[in-house]
Amino acid sequence: MLDDKDRIFTNIYGFDGPDLASARRRGVWADTAGIIRKGGAWIIDEVKNSGLRGRGGAGFSTGMKWSFMPKPSGLPHYLLVNADESEPGTCKDRDILRYDPHRLLEGALVAAFAIGAHTVYIYVRGEFYHEALVLQRAIDEAYANGLLGKNAARSGWDCDVYLHRGAGAYVCGEETALMESLEGKKGQPRNKPPFPANAGLYSCPTTVNNVETIASVPEILRRGAAWFSRFGRPKNTGTKLFCISGHVNQPCNVEEAMSIPLRELIEKHAGGVRGGWDNLLAVIPGGSSTPVLPWDICGTVLMDFDALREVHSSFGTGGVIVMDRSTDIIYAIARISAFYKHESCGQCTPCREGIPWLARMMARMVEGNATVEEIDMMLDITKEIEGHTICAFADGAVWPIQGLIRHFKPQMIKRIEEYRKKAKAA
Amino acid sequence: MTIEQPKIFAFSPDNLIQMRKIISKYPAGRQASAVIPLLDLAQRQCGNWLPRAAMDAVASMLEMPPVRVYEVASFYTMFNLKPVGKYLIQVCTTTPCWLRGSEMIVQTCKEKLGIGMGETTDDGLFTLAEVECLGACANAPVVQINDDLYEDLTPESMAAILDALREGKKPSVGSQTGRRGSCAQGGPTTLKDRVNAHA
Repeated sequence: MLDDKDRIFTNIYGFDGPDLASARRRGVWADTAGIIRKGGAWIIDEVKNSGLRGRGGAGFSTGMKWSFMPKPSGLPHYLLVNADESEPGTCKDRDILRYDPHRLLEGALVAAFAIGAHTVYIYVRGEFYHEALVLQRAIDEAYANGLLGKNAARSGWDCDVYLHRGAGAYVCGEETALMESLEGKKGQPRNKPPFPANAGLYSCPTTVNNVETIASVPEILRRGAAWFSRFGRPKNTGTKLFCISGHVNQPCNVEEAMSIPLRELIEKHAGGVRGGWDNLLAVIPGGSSTPVLPWDICGTVLMDFDALREVHSSFGTGGVIVMDRSTDIIYAIARISAFYKHESCGQCTPCREGIPWLARMMARMVEGNATVEEIDMMLDITKEIEGHTICAFADGAVWPIQGLIRHFKPQMIKRIEEYRKKAKAA
Repeated sequence: MTIEQPKIFAFSPDNLIQMRKIISKYPAGRQASAVIPLLDLAQRQCGNWLPRAAMDAVASMLEMPPVRVYEVASFYTMFNLKPVGKYLIQVCTTTPCWLRGSEMIVQTCKEKLGIGMGETTDDGLFTLAEVECLGACANAPVVQINDDLYEDLTPESMAAILDALREGKKPSVGSQTGRRGSCAQGGPTTLKDRVNAHA
C-alpha cells in the first residue's frame, strides 16, 4: 500500500481546511517561485520524465502535451483546467475542488508558466455549485496574498486564474467542446486539426488538462520525477485518485499507487465486495465508458493503462464501479447507454441517431424482447459508430455495449429465451 | 400547457454589478463567453427558470443574436425553460446510483410528493426530475435539490429531507450518514493521522 508520506492529496477527505493557511501547512505553495525559476523547459522535461499521464481519461503524456505549445508569437496562450467532471463513476476532482483548491491553483500557475500562458480558466461543471464557491474563495485568497495576478507568487510570471461554471452537459468534458462552451456556444466538439495547441480557445494556442493532473504537478516537481515514477509500472507511473462505487461495503475515494491490483484496491480500501469476493459479478474499471470486466479478470488485473488495455478495457478516470451477483448486468449497461443517448450533443449523425438506436435496442435486451441475431447486429452497429464521429464521445458510448457482448452474451441469450418462453406460455 | 411568459425582464442592481464582474473575466470582444454565467444569474433572479424576456435581455447585454442565446439555454440541462417548483428535486439514476438503490429514492419521492417524473406539486413547492450522473458516485445514491447535493440516501432519509423542506426547514446537506466527504464510512484506510489531528 502507498505510504501516507507519498500521497499528493493529503486532504482528500477534507479533515483539514481548504483555506490558504491550512494548505500551506500541507506544503502547498512551498517555494513555487523556486520551481518556476528552473524554467519552462526544465518543468516540461521533469513532468515528461515523471511519466505523468492525463488523469481525465485519455491518459496522454502531460509533459508531451505541454511541449506541443508553440513558441511565443504575440497571440495569447491559454491553460484550461477541465473540472467538468461528469463521467459516471468518477468523483475525484470534486474532492480536490472542495478540499484542496490551493493545490490546484498552484499547479495552474506552474503549468501556465510552462506553456507560456498568462490566463487560466477553470471550467467547473455547473452542478458543483458549492465546490465552485470554495474554489472562488481560494482564488480570491490567492490574489490577496500575491500568489496569483502580477508577479504571481513572486515568480516574475503574471498569471490570472478565472473560474467559469458550466451548466450541465457531459460532452463539455471533451476538450474542444469545453472551448466552444467557454466561448459562449453550445458544447459541440470541433474537428481536429487544428489541434488546441495551435488554435484553441479564441483560436489561440491552448492546453486543456484535467484537475487531478494539474494539481499533481507541483508536488511532482518538488519531489522530483524519480520519486513519482517509482510508483506503478513503467509507462504507468505515479499515484492516482481512485473512486470506488457500487456494490462494495465502503464506497470511497482513495489515492493509491498506479498498477495496484484491482482486487487489492477494492478489498483494502472499499471494505471488499458486498457478500465477499466470490459474490462479485463484474467491474467497470475506469468510468462508464470503459468496457466491463467479468469476475475472473477482476481477480488478477492491475489498475493501469496497459493492463486494462490488454483485457480490452481502459483505465479511463480511475472510477471503479463494482457490481455483485445480484446485478442485472444487462440493465446496468443499458442505463449507461441511456446516459449517452441523453448526453449526445447531436452534431454527428452516427452518434445522434446511432446511440439512441442502440439505447432502445438495449432497453429491449433488458426485457429479452429481441432476437439472438440482434446481439451481433448491435455489435456491428457499434463498430459502424466507433471512429466515425468528430469526438471520442461516441466511442465511449459504444464500448460498454461491446464489453457486455464480449463477456455476457450467454446471459443476453438466456434473457431472450426466457422472454420467448413466457410469451409462448401467455 | 402554455407557459405564461413575462413581458419584461431587467437585471437587478446587484446582478448588474455581478454581471460586469463576470464579463471582465473574458478578453475584450469575447463577451459572449459570459452567456452561461449570465443566464445563470437571470435564472436565479426569476425563481429558477428562464423566461424568454430574460434570454433576450442577456442577448442584448452581450450583443449576441437572441437565437444564439436560446441555443445555449436549450442545450444545457441546468437551464429551465419553464417554471419549476420552489424545490427542484433531481434524482440521479445513472448506473452507480442505480446500483445503490436510486430506484427506491425515486419511488419515495413519487409517493411522498404524489407526482410523477417531470411534474410539479399543486402547491408549487416541488418539481421532480431524473438527472444523469451528478459526480458524487462514492456517495451514491445522490439527489440534487436546487444548489445542494444530498448523499448516501436511504428512502427514510429522503423522506425526512422532503418533510423538512415542506415545513420550511433547511435539512443538512451532503452525506446523510454523517461521513466526511468520500471517506469510507468506517473511517479512512489512509491518512488516519489527519483524522486524529482534527478530531
